[in-house]
Amino acid sequence: MSAIGISALKVLAALGLMLANGVVMIYMLRKVLGHLHIRLGPMHVGWKGTLQTVMDVLKLLTKEDITPRAVDRWLFRIAPAVVFIPSLMAYAALPFSDTWRVTNLDTGLLYTFAVLSLVPMGILMAGWASNNKWSLLGGMRAAAQQIAYEVPLLLSVLPIVMLVGSMNLGVIVEAQRGTVLAVIPRWFIMNPLFWPTFLLYSVSALIETNQTPFDMSEAESEIVAGFATEYSAMKFGLLFLSEFSNQFIVAALTVTLFFGGWTLPWIPEAVSNSFGPVVFMLKTYLVIAVMMWIRGTFPRVRIDQLMQLGWQRLIPISLVWIVFSGIVIKVWS
Amino acid sequence: MTDHCDDTLGVGLLCEGQHEPGTPPAGLRRAPSGVDGLTTEHLIINMGPQHPSTHGVLRMIIEVDGEEVVAAEVSVGYLHRGIEKLAEHRRYDAVGTLMDRGDYVSGIMGELAFALATEQLMEIEVPRKAHWLRSLTSELNRLASHLVWYGTFGLDTGAMGQFLYAMREREALLDILEAISGQRMMFNYVRPGGVVADLPVGVEEKIRAFLGTFPMYLDEYDQLLGGNEIFQARVKGIGVIDRDMALAFGLTGANLRASGVDFDIRKARPYAAYPELDFDVPLGAKGDAWDRYTVRMGEMAQSARMIGQLIDGMPEGEHTAKVPRIIRPAAGESYASVESSRGETAVHLVSDGTEHPYRMHYRGPSLYAVQALEELLPGHLLGDVVMLIGSTDVMLGEIDR
Repeated sequence: MSAIGISALKVLAALGLMLANGVVMIYMLRKVLGHLHIRLGPMHVGWKGTLQTVMDVLKLLTKEDITPRAVDRWLFRIAPAVVFIPSLMAYAALPFSDTWRVTNLDTGLLYTFAVLSLVPMGILMAGWASNNKWSLLGGMRAAAQQIAYEVPLLLSVLPIVMLVGSMNLGVIVEAQRGTVLAVIPRWFIMNPLFWPTFLLYSVSALIETNQTPFDMSEAESEIVAGFATEYSAMKFGLLFLSEFSNQFIVAALTVTLFFGGWTLPWIPEAVSNSFGPVVFMLKTYLVIAVMMWIRGTFPRVRIDQLMQLGWQRLIPISLVWIVFSGIVIKVWS
Repeated sequence: MTDHCDDTLGVGLLCEGQHEPGTPPAGLRRAPSGVDGLTTEHLIINMGPQHPSTHGVLRMIIEVDGEEVVAAEVSVGYLHRGIEKLAEHRRYDAVGTLMDRGDYVSGIMGELAFALATEQLMEIEVPRKAHWLRSLTSELNRLASHLVWYGTFGLDTGAMGQFLYAMREREALLDILEAISGQRMMFNYVRPGGVVADLPVGVEEKIRAFLGTFPMYLDEYDQLLGGNEIFQARVKGIGVIDRDMALAFGLTGANLRASGVDFDIRKARPYAAYPELDFDVPLGAKGDAWDRYTVRMGEMAQSARMIGQLIDGMPEGEHTAKVPRIIRPAAGESYASVESSRGETAVHLVSDGTEHPYRMHYRGPSLYAVQALEELLPGHLLGDVVMLIGSTDVMLGEIDR
């Protein structure tokens, strides 16, 4: 098969994964939130409500796609695509195992962050084009928030890049293979040097993906549905699919950077490699479950508090930590 | 606010010089300031009546400079059902159902206010047991109402976790109230002369079972929301209503007590069984949203305490006085107020000696609270707007009537 054919297959596989993830994650969100809220979540469609989200996607597909009269038609239509496509592109560098990946990019980490930072542009477009004041506020919030948090997100993981000496996500995972003292996994989360890194990264990542307590751009109690207020049918579906997809990508990055990616400690390399994708997905979904747990529990911060946190705390702290961990890594080696 | 307002109640309500003539009140529009020569425009947002968190159909026209509120205008009346007018065409024993639909989250208090006003006109003596049953149902209802406030206040901040927990306790309370009155929300239980029925068999155990777990859950809920640092950062210091402002706007209930004014109708003008009960009135100091939160949480603990006392000391006897089938009070006027979940709920009744009230005025405390919002909101951020609505616990059913 030609190289183009293989690439096309990979894109289709990524798309399929994205859709499947969306369906599974929405079901999971409803169940996790349901049980956190002492109720059951969906129970009626399919076994334990498993088909509920499938039916919801079908409903979204068959609903009338309303384009309000006063919107900027062009922007309004392409905005969901501008949000959706970067989400899809971000799957390219994720290493599901040593062989299962779309590409083996040497700048994988930078690429993923760069692609994800295109998403707020689409959100801003959606907010502006909707010609709705709530949407505009939501779009503006998204833009302000993402500009403030791109920086600490990338800065926060630099110590890892310095230690590993590569931005290739596969290499970062390989560096975490094996155990220390035969018991403790060599995962970066086990390394005290990276605990502040992990904290900075998790806060920035939650904000980056619009998760509670930082879901400013669609704060339903304040600004109705934010940038998505005027969207209906599958356009709305695309906006939300890409949101869940971003959440998945950020969780996958967390696993790759801190929890040893597809590797498992205590098990011979050849064995653990053979079911690498399964391990990777399980770990990712555990991280997602924690994100949903946070979502079900925490109130939302205010926009000025969010901005202060970003510019006044996270950025200086991550800069200081880069310097400090740089010295430590230099002295250590 | 000027300081020549007298602090004592009743005097401070109408003090002079609060708005000097000629100066616009804080709620009026001002032109965009324009930073660094840039021409900026203010955005006027219509919030409600269809908005996820305006607690019903409150409509606010908010002028924002970016995210900061410059001016706010509250527009009410979307839930007007003409309760006061309808009451003029009903017999006295049938007005209770209308009062239920005023403040529909704490219906017992509305009924009670009307019943007390009618009894004043009729000059009848209510049996002691009826007093105790009225207090019992009032406090159960207050808990149910405060739980709704607690849940929705959390929702306003974006937290979903505690809402359904509060609903679980409320469900138990509504079950109890249903057992007592036959209805979950529109009770029609308190009537002129007493109450409809005595406590049914088995409800006492239900209440005791509820009281067995409730204090523990209340602590847990306080931790869940009030113990959260993000929540504290959001409510502390916002929406400060100082003592003078609270009195000037005629705020009552938790909104007034959060500003440090010790005024509770249950203590000040005792009714029902409250003179015989031992309870404290939680007070705030600053009058910010956090104080209103703590006062209401404290009130819930006090309500639970009172319910315990009411169950333990429930007297024997008749649950209602002898009341003629068709009530024709003597011509005259009466005014009776009760401490409802939101403040002073009162009924001003004018009778012309016929079987229908000549005029009934329903004083709802939320109407006063919602007016304070106009002055409260400017200077806050858009995210605070819903928090302030939530913290004042306004109830549209009683604002619009």
